[in-house]
Amino acid sequence: MATQHSRSAARMMMAPAVILLLGWMLVPLTMTLYFSFKKYLPLRGDSLAGGLDWVGFDNYTRFVTSSSFWPSVQATLIIVGGVLVVTVVLGVLLAILLDQPMWGQGVVRILVIAPFFVMPTVSGLVWKNMFMDPVNGLFAHLWKFFGAAPLEWLSQASMQSIILIVSWQWLPFATLILLTAIQSLDSEQLEAAEMDGAPPLARFGFIILPHLSRAITIVILIQTIFLLSIFAEIFVTTAGAFGTKTLTYLIFQRVLESQNVGLGSAGGVYAIILANIVAIFLMRIVGKNLDA
Amino acid sequence: MGRIVLEKVTKSFGDVEVIPPLDLTIEDGEFAVFVGPSGCGKSTLLRLIAGLEDVTSGEIDIDGQDATEVPPAKRGLAMVFQSYALYPHMSVRKNIAFPLRMAKLDQAEQNRRVEQAAAVLNLTDYLDRRPGQLSGGQRQRVAIGRAIVREPAAFLFDEPLSNLDAALRVGMRLEISELHERLKTTMIYVTHDQVEAMTMADKIVVLRAGNIEQVGSPLELYRSPRNLFVAGFIGSPKMNFIEGGEAGTHGAHAIGVRPEHIAVSESDGPWSGVVGVSEHLGSDTFFHVHETGLAETITVRADGEVGFRHGDRIHMTPRADAIHKFDADGLRIA
Repeated sequence: MATQHSRSAARMMMAPAVILLLGWMLVPLTMTLYFSFKKYLPLRGDSLAGGLDWVGFDNYTRFVTSSSFWPSVQATLIIVGGVLVVTVVLGVLLAILLDQPMWGQGVVRILVIAPFFVMPTVSGLVWKNMFMDPVNGLFAHLWKFFGAAPLEWLSQASMQSIILIVSWQWLPFATLILLTAIQSLDSEQLEAAEMDGAPPLARFGFIILPHLSRAITIVILIQTIFLLSIFAEIFVTTAGAFGTKTLTYLIFQRVLESQNVGLGSAGGVYAIILANIVAIFLMRIVGKNLDA
Repeated sequence: MGRIVLEKVTKSFGDVEVIPPLDLTIEDGEFAVFVGPSGCGKSTLLRLIAGLEDVTSGEIDIDGQDATEVPPAKRGLAMVFQSYALYPHMSVRKNIAFPLRMAKLDQAEQNRRVEQAAAVLNLTDYLDRRPGQLSGGQRQRVAIGRAIVREPAAFLFDEPLSNLDAALRVGMRLEISELHERLKTTMIYVTHDQVEAMTMADKIVVLRAGNIEQVGSPLELYRSPRNLFVAGFIGSPKMNFIEGGEAGTHGAHAIGVRPEHIAVSESDGPWSGVVGVSEHLGSDTFFHVHETGLAETITVRADGEVGFRHGDRIHMTPRADAIHKFDADGLRIA
């Protein structure tokens, strides 16, 4: 059926979806690029109707030279890296645990997935008010039970708290993907290794971990894409204070809190560049696992 | 070296008893084959010996030592799996060296043994490839290589040839037999293929539903099967079984005659029937004879040049000294 006719028919059929997706992506991107070269302060009377002033690369220079720029890049990378380490390490361990035959396996597996279904805003609020509140939080009570002074999580250990909250949300994703990967491991390989005299730790290091390398790669790639843009968890907990201002959050502050659309748009372009740099590094480091 | 004794070994999975109490001795240096239809417990029995499954009760001795509670790695046995179970992310060299690495041998000794095993198995040119880049036969040899470098007390083979094509299977069969001649190590080999059992074994163990039906050399089993099951399982094509009046004249409930022990002719012979399908193998021809009044089909082996056709009426004479007699319980009447 791969005739000239059916091929052009296929193109016609796919065109609406492709055009829609392309527009979806291109329109905001073009607008961001356009605004980033303009002075656009809605509260000072600038408006699209009245025409915007061309300011060249002013917005770009101002965004980078601002004292919050490099700390925000650093915060972004620390949060992404921290969450990746926590979710991959705990994900592998949990996946191995869940792979063991046990009573109530089905229910436990569903419970493990549960955090993934909680909306980021909700999970941020639950952690903030229920666990990390220094007066009434569960952690505060736990600390007091052991006679320690309660920790003010979100101010004293702000980065760790954010990483904890986000990891809790993404752990199910990592666990699930790694669990399916573990289940696809041929049990004869493990038995062969056992016969070959490999103790449990060696079996893990030489057989299970290499088998999981591809799944770990996928977890890292997908999570990085989503983690670079986390926002809600920061918004409802620290609101960017105590060194938790990520690049995404900085852009939000420039556009909405300072009402400087041009400056924020320039930041958006930097975010795109940062995401691409991270993506290239990741592909270099872990992408080779996807071959073969 | 590698004398393996099983005493009253049983295995149950939950309420299901897979192996009822079983006694078996495999002498040092022997090539023992466990054979039986699928689901007869032969692989379970092998895994019990390997230690990959725990026995429910009973005792397993290896070299006179009680090994029942000994973990698989400490039993000094090496196993070759049906799926080969090679480590896909390691090169052939690393695969073969893996047991040595786990035993913490020094690097020079590891290399020496790997090179030696590779030379024995014709794998020297493939040492730096990954298992995924090898053919089925080569993967099989890597799996064997990984087993021989350990210099085990006994080798366990779990249907190692069932994933190979017919020609390769014959070749590997010879190679394994050759290996046994050279190493003189005990080997236990599980298969459902009676041809493999007949051609390779010093001792065949026929299993059905976890029970040992008969133990003996290939020719013993061929000449004097202990019961109807063994008689039907060993030998290809299958033995013909005849019940009723004809069996009565021999003083038995059922008699069995192998296809190769029946002579055919156009005119003479006590039995007669009509030729159905004939299978020409060149050297031999198998006739499936119907309407004999004895059994539904009687299979007869004749010389390749015998030219009966579909629908011909022929006469058959069983060789008198090759008629096996069985009683109503299916047991052999001596």
